[in-house]
Amino acid sequence: MKQAEMLLKKEEQVIFSLRAIFEQFGYRKFKMSKFEEYDFYAENRSFLNSENILTFTGLDGKLLALKPDVTLSIVKNTRGSREAAERVYYNENVYRARRGAGEYREIMQVGLEYIGEADSYATLEILLLAQKSLKAISGEYILDLSHMGFLAGLMEQSGLGLAQQKSVLHCISEKNAHGIREICRECGIDNDMRGRLETLAGLYGTLEDALPQIQTLCCNEKMERAAAELEDILRCLKTGGNEKRVHLDFSIVNDMDYYNGVIFQGFIDGVPSSILSGGRYDKLVQKLGKDADAIGFALSLDLLERFETTEREYDVDTLLLYDDGTDTAALAQAAQMLTDNGQSVAVQKKNTGGLKYKQLLCMRERGLEIVAE
Amino acid sequence: MRNKINIALPKGRLGEKAYDIFEKIGCGCPEIHEGGRKLVFEDEENGVCYFWVKPSDVAVYVERGAADIGVVGKDILLEQPYDVFELLDLGMGKCRMAVAGVKGERPDSEHTLRVATKFPNIAREYYRGKSREIDIIELHGSIEIAPVLKMSDVIVDIVETGVTLRENNLEVLEEIVKISARLIANKASYKFKNERIREICGRVAELCETGKQEGKL
Repeated sequence: MKQAEMLLKKEEQVIFSLRAIFEQFGYRKFKMSKFEEYDFYAENRSFLNSENILTFTGLDGKLLALKPDVTLSIVKNTRGSREAAERVYYNENVYRARRGAGEYREIMQVGLEYIGEADSYATLEILLLAQKSLKAISGEYILDLSHMGFLAGLMEQSGLGLAQQKSVLHCISEKNAHGIREICRECGIDNDMRGRLETLAGLYGTLEDALPQIQTLCCNEKMERAAAELEDILRCLKTGGNEKRVHLDFSIVNDMDYYNGVIFQGFIDGVPSSILSGGRYDKLVQKLGKDADAIGFALSLDLLERFETTEREYDVDTLLLYDDGTDTAALAQAAQMLTDNGQSVAVQKKNTGGLKYKQLLCMRERGLEIVAE
Repeated sequence: MRNKINIALPKGRLGEKAYDIFEKIGCGCPEIHEGGRKLVFEDEENGVCYFWVKPSDVAVYVERGAADIGVVGKDILLEQPYDVFELLDLGMGKCRMAVAGVKGERPDSEHTLRVATKFPNIAREYYRGKSREIDIIELHGSIEIAPVLKMSDVIVDIVETGVTLRENNLEVLEEIVKISARLIANKASYKFKNERIREICGRVAELCETGKQEGKL
């Protein structure tokens, strides 16, 4: 069994351990169909973060789409409510056009959703599971937290128009303080507010170090509530000794029409972009006509393809050659003997040079001969 | 060295100026002055590795994590969005993105405006804001001759001194946006090499600020 496990690719190993983690916390697997009606995605296009949806015509002439996202389908089908929460996880392929790739790609996603009353325990559970998921991939991980309520509160207070708010949020997502300065100058925003926006964009550090700084940025109740929620999260994480790799970073900005509370992203050292992303999205659930809160996250495991790969030294342990005079039964027996010893064997007539092997054996009429080691 | 910083620099004058800044803040790599055709230069002592890439590719190297930070013109970042942090405006390599046309002629507003450019997205975005119907002609160089040959009505291009425009009997009609060099960082590198990147960033900002005051940059 040990050896068979070693054959699994990194992403397969990760799926294996993630499923175990999710099941442990009472999440059950959600299996969904490969496609949905296109209209469903078209209505919620801005949630998808991508303009492109792979479509085709179904047998009855309806326009169908290969799913670009799983969360939408789960929310549509959920029976979770404030009284009885639903916990589900999934492991599905989604189809998206990665920017710059020029074509649709199949992306392997593993994720989970909690739909019900998202109280502070539910939020903490999701954050801890996100942390465990990252840890299952590598010990060198970072989980970044942000809060949409905090950002929204500051935007309300800023005196900026909607279009400019969007530009400022974009600058915050780029940590672009000079861009914010420029916009504030154009819109005649006072220095105090400009300072707050710039500080927010530049803010980065562990939750523990950075939280005191955001207290000084608060200028309305909405922001204070958000800060208090983050404070509470820190307190709970600290109790379990889980706060060290959790950072505060407001450059994570999601669509305000869908997300409301805590949002987060996870990074693994050695993977150039965020591998995990998630957050609180009550507004989406309510938009789809359900009375519940929701929080969840997803990991894009295709990013692990090039992570920690070591080139295999050999394709097989033994290359076993035979010729026309070889007795087939004896050959099969020799191969069986080798595999019984735990070796991998390729049996072929000629050594074409395309296979890397540890030892080369030859089956002649008089028996097995070692040709090279 | 685990905390080695990989820096992508744009080949050419801008990259050389940017390197000078890095050298001044103590991230030099003397070997780089030897010239030749080598593209990668590493300095163990200062923990830096520089590589020269095509200016329009810098953001790609940074986004994909081959480089932790890089120096790139704002024009490149405006033309195509990249998933990177834009940490600083270096205030050098200053120029502007502008619409230019043949001197003395004003394109009439009755027809679809033909726009020759290397920056189709910037041009499209700009004219969308003005609700103007346009026909984009994407070129890769010598944009200035398009209006001279009547292939296009105007061009959208970078204007630095205006000499090229003048010599081809063109003039600036409208300015779209001011351009300068930016310091960008890979998002994951920013997190895992945070201290080092922030330190570099802070020192570069300081140097650029004094440079600005002295009017050198």
